[in-house]
Amino acid sequence: MTRFNKILAYIALICLSIPPLLPLVWMISTSLKTNEQIYMKGEGAATKGFSFASLIPSPVAWNNYPDSLETIPFMVYLKNTVFLCLCIVIASVISSAIVAYGFARINFKGSKIWFGVMLATMALPGQVTMIPNFALFRALGWYGTYLPLIVPAFCATPFYVFLLSQFFKTLPDEMAESAKVDGANEWVIFCRLIIPLSKPALATCALFAFLGTWNDFLGPLLYLSDSSKYTLAYGLQQFVNNPYVNWMQLMAASTLFTLPIILLFFFAQKTFIQGISTTGGK
Amino acid sequence: MSPKARENLTGYLFISPWLIGFLVFTLWPFLRSFYLSFCNYNIVQPPKFIGLANYQMMLFNDELFYKSLWVTLRYALVAVPLTLFVGVALALLLNLNVKGIAVFRTIFYLPSIVPTVAMTSIFMWILNPQVGMVNRILALAGVTGPAWLSDPVWTPWTLIFMAVWAAGGSMVIYLAGLKDIPQYLYEAATLDGAGAFRKMRMITLPMLSPVIFFNLVMSVIGTFQYFTQAFVISNGSGGPEDSTLFYALYMFKRCWKYMDMGYGSAMAWVLFIIVMISTGLIFRTQKRWVHYGR
Repeated sequence: MTRFNKILAYIALICLSIPPLLPLVWMISTSLKTNEQIYMKGEGAATKGFSFASLIPSPVAWNNYPDSLETIPFMVYLKNTVFLCLCIVIASVISSAIVAYGFARINFKGSKIWFGVMLATMALPGQVTMIPNFALFRALGWYGTYLPLIVPAFCATPFYVFLLSQFFKTLPDEMAESAKVDGANEWVIFCRLIIPLSKPALATCALFAFLGTWNDFLGPLLYLSDSSKYTLAYGLQQFVNNPYVNWMQLMAASTLFTLPIILLFFFAQKTFIQGISTTGGK
Repeated sequence: MSPKARENLTGYLFISPWLIGFLVFTLWPFLRSFYLSFCNYNIVQPPKFIGLANYQMMLFNDELFYKSLWVTLRYALVAVPLTLFVGVALALLLNLNVKGIAVFRTIFYLPSIVPTVAMTSIFMWILNPQVGMVNRILALAGVTGPAWLSDPVWTPWTLIFMAVWAAGGSMVIYLAGLKDIPQYLYEAATLDGAGAFRKMRMITLPMLSPVIFFNLVMSVIGTFQYFTQAFVISNGSGGPEDSTLFYALYMFKRCWKYMDMGYGSAMAWVLFIIVMISTGLIFRTQKRWVHYGR
């Protein structure tokens, strides 16, 4: 590329970076403003145009953060969400790894068919199974508890099974073979050989499971009834739809809700990208 | 036990967590909801068989069913191609080999990891008609921005706007696809005197087409289940004037607001059939534009 083209490319990239960033900047900016600042009291509010200077709050209203933690029971929701994330991450990663090992490294009758069935279920709209599942969990007395959200995670997640089995297939056979000669069974090989070698792939699955649970709205909406059990995604929604919503506090809460995900992304960028690239299916 | 039988048993033991889950949480509910779609069912009392009544009601007597179908289809027809285009365009742009490109990739990817509920509340705020960011930017150009959230003409655009904002999510998949295109193809094309545009049309896009196809199928399936954003933006009502009453949201309302689970099951099965037909149709176009090279 010539120098001129390079400069042109940078200008294009910088200009295009504004739309993805601006809403997030606006969120943080609002979370640090006072009521007077966001409604621009006394400045002919409605006709006021946008300016980059208006993004900078002055004075900075830090109190929106502690206030928002009080208005919505943020800490309670956070505790619930983290608890749920931990349970689901552990349950789904372990069970998916076990199932993936079966599909990838054991040559049993019908394995191809079942694997195909599993992939097909990934395209099945959740709505089709939603009602009977709800009736089942309700009959078990699990409505209003976390069990309907956690228990299915023990039954492996097709997408993670797919991801892990692709990874397990790439691991060399020799070590497993010699371990078998020494009398090790499949379970020992799985625990002692395969799992230690598969940390990156397991991390990818854990990451996806965490994000999925952190983000999940429909699950808590269907199964949680008591506000002391709400997760952040669900609890925040109740707050958004409050007609007297305080936008500064809501944006502060949204920032706090989004921040862990963004931090996680920065720390685990490689794991993230690898996992998503594998999604491309080939 | 013979070694082969032993191996079979071990295999099934390993996949048993999934197999049990499949039977209990997928296959059985799948068949059960088919049965329930022919029943009057409110979850408290046992289902009562009523034949085709739910389907009859849906197809001939329920305007909202068609409305929700239209809302979903209209959104799909705009949002799916648009996000696909933005995803591919961003990937092509960010495949440039310049210093610091990773920073830009991160910036474009960032919106797609913002949790849906947070994303929706951010958009509800920046689209606030009086003091929202978007209308204030429009005011710079002398345009009075619309009431994005309360005018039924504009609410679908609000949702499309959000989808495009987060379209960078698929970019990473396309970027991985672009990395897999062998360099010699471009070298050969250069020798043959092909320009940048021709290379894109004859090499890049065909080589990328399997990835585009995969994304197209997944996003069509996903769009028919579009729910959270519509729920949050309308507080679960699908308003204003049913303009955000997506199919999945309407089904949710029938089931959990009116406790009409039989009707909801019938809706679920119609959704399933629609998803099957549309993915089937997309698969049939495959031969014409998807190239599985080599």
